[in-house]
Amino acid sequence: MGESTAVLVEKKHRTLGLSDEQVLGMYRDMLLARKLDERTWLLNRAGKVPFVLSCQGQEAAQVGAAYALDKEKDYLCPYYRDAGVVLVFGMTARELMLNSFARAEDPNSGGRQMPGHFGGKKYRILSGSSPVTTQVPHAVGLALAGRMEGKDFVSFVSFGEGSSNQGDFHEGANFAGVHKLPVIFFCENNRYAISVPYSKQVACESIADRAQGYGFPGVSVDGSDILEVYRVTKEAADRARRGEGPTLIEARCFRFSPHSSDDDDRSYRPEGEVEEDKQYDPLRLFNRYLKEVEVLTDKLEQEIHDSVAKIVDDATEYAENAAPPQPEDTLKHVYAETGRDGKWQ
Amino acid sequence: MAVISYIEAINQALREEMDRDQKVFILGEDVGLKGGVFKTTEGLYDRFGSERVLDTPLAESAIVGVGIGAAAYGFKPVAEIQFADFIMPAVNQIVSEAAKMRYRSNGDWNCPMVVRAPYGGGVHGGPYHSQCIEAMFCNVPGLKVVAPSTPYDMKGLLKSSIRDDDPVLFLEHKRCYRLIKGDVPEKDYIVPIGKADVKREGEDITVISFGLTLHFALQAAERLAKDGYSAHILDLRTLYPLDKEAILEAARKTGKVLIVHEDNKEGGIGGEVAAMIAEECLFELDAPIKRLGAPDVPAGPFNGVMEKFYMLNPDKIYEAMRELADF
Repeated sequence: MGESTAVLVEKKHRTLGLSDEQVLGMYRDMLLARKLDERTWLLNRAGKVPFVLSCQGQEAAQVGAAYALDKEKDYLCPYYRDAGVVLVFGMTARELMLNSFARAEDPNSGGRQMPGHFGGKKYRILSGSSPVTTQVPHAVGLALAGRMEGKDFVSFVSFGEGSSNQGDFHEGANFAGVHKLPVIFFCENNRYAISVPYSKQVACESIADRAQGYGFPGVSVDGSDILEVYRVTKEAADRARRGEGPTLIEARCFRFSPHSSDDDDRSYRPEGEVEEDKQYDPLRLFNRYLKEVEVLTDKLEQEIHDSVAKIVDDATEYAENAAPPQPEDTLKHVYAETGRDGKWQ
Repeated sequence: MAVISYIEAINQALREEMDRDQKVFILGEDVGLKGGVFKTTEGLYDRFGSERVLDTPLAESAIVGVGIGAAAYGFKPVAEIQFADFIMPAVNQIVSEAAKMRYRSNGDWNCPMVVRAPYGGGVHGGPYHSQCIEAMFCNVPGLKVVAPSTPYDMKGLLKSSIRDDDPVLFLEHKRCYRLIKGDVPEKDYIVPIGKADVKREGEDITVISFGLTLHFALQAAERLAKDGYSAHILDLRTLYPLDKEAILEAARKTGKVLIVHEDNKEGGIGGEVAAMIAEECLFELDAPIKRLGAPDVPAGPFNGVMEKFYMLNPDKIYEAMRELADF
């Protein structure tokens, strides 16, 4: 790209109200999400962590959306690929690694849940489960609670396009539409529900089209373009805070990994597809943008990469050496007052 | 003390808890302006407004799921499922979400909500307004299942359930709503979750039951008394987790146990009660443990003759009690 284009795009993050420092922070968070993810695959193949759910290819959508929210007051109901979202909201690399290693100290679940099942009250991240889409009505309930208390927080819920077929998506979206609740329904459409492609899941062109039936706007955005994701999510958050109700956002993403560490996508994805999709690697695209607008220099890039590598190493070492839960911890936290058999007294 | 009906006890408990705690609110289908299809929430909309007595879209999973979100935030939602038969779309939310929220988050989050559901037959409700659903939920750690039988227990247990820090599935026998009346104190009181209650003292046989069949058993016990046998009757009140201590004590008391529930016999909670007794005090018994339940067919044909055939009644329970007493 020539000089003139660079000037044009430079306006982009500034016109969105993002400082150079903020976009560098966004880049760092994307990179951290990616590098932690890559590390967990290595650890999995080395037999050290039993399971991996990946965010690779969706980092721009995740980090861009999370930056558009208020980290001090908004609530999150993320889904299992959302490492990028929870990192922005304060979850640390060590905490994510503790989650992967299922250690006692893991703030998400103390080793109870599979990796990627995020939760943490201090970050206002509501604990999620494995049956997909159940988090959608929860986000609506959080928004309802906020409205009843006169708060102006936004409730952000994310899910895959496969989840948009579930009844809970419909029930939750409809409820939020009827009551004009401050919810952002954020669909990370990576075009695959494990092995089933978009064409076999959804008959409408875009997931965003579904919003029409609920009486609120639906927006489709290039999920590899972090600034566009930021822009539409910011608009949705502003609308929600103004009391104008929910928005459905479809972020069109790519999935660079198999569904999970137990999946082999070569049996169902056309040969060469992933490589082709990687042209739109959100990390590379944002790196290019930041260099074009001269926010990211080679030196700064090296520094960020070195620092992220250090964070990933530190997190790995910390989590690997962290204590496992005690076997008897299995009996705790079934009910509020836990007796010796795990039941209340 | 005032004599009130089972349904009035529910209404009073809801009103008093909503007066007491601003965080308590009701959500469900037709609960607001109409006051519920059974009139359980009558008058509450006028008193507390449309936000705290929230008419929702017809969508059970959202009724429970939205309640879970609000509960996690710190509210105390009381979600109404209009008929227990219609709870099925919300099972994922109850079992996978509400019940496991505390456990899966290692105690970080919890879900203090009540899901009320009218269950049971005898009201010409056909197969989808008559079912007993408790067995499906009595194997779900993290969830409490409560099923009161009397107005006193109803009011005290509903209050306990609303004040509880964990999710409670609260089962109301719809035939009992206006059929059962009883003394209820004017002042605030609670009945603890997890405690069964002896409703009749006796020496010869023990009957363990809850809900409508508990009342049938009490009637049958009067008849049995004329035969010279006295029945000891235990009301389970909480179906999960069961009050093991009270069950074993009641079983040991007479050495002859009959477990009665309206639900189908096979796979009903009677099996669990029987297993507890067999495991802990088999050699203290004087007769095999007996169970009496509905035939193993779907609950509740609409036709009156068929429904009567399906449902238990005082006569059927009397026969079983007499047989056990004679053993």
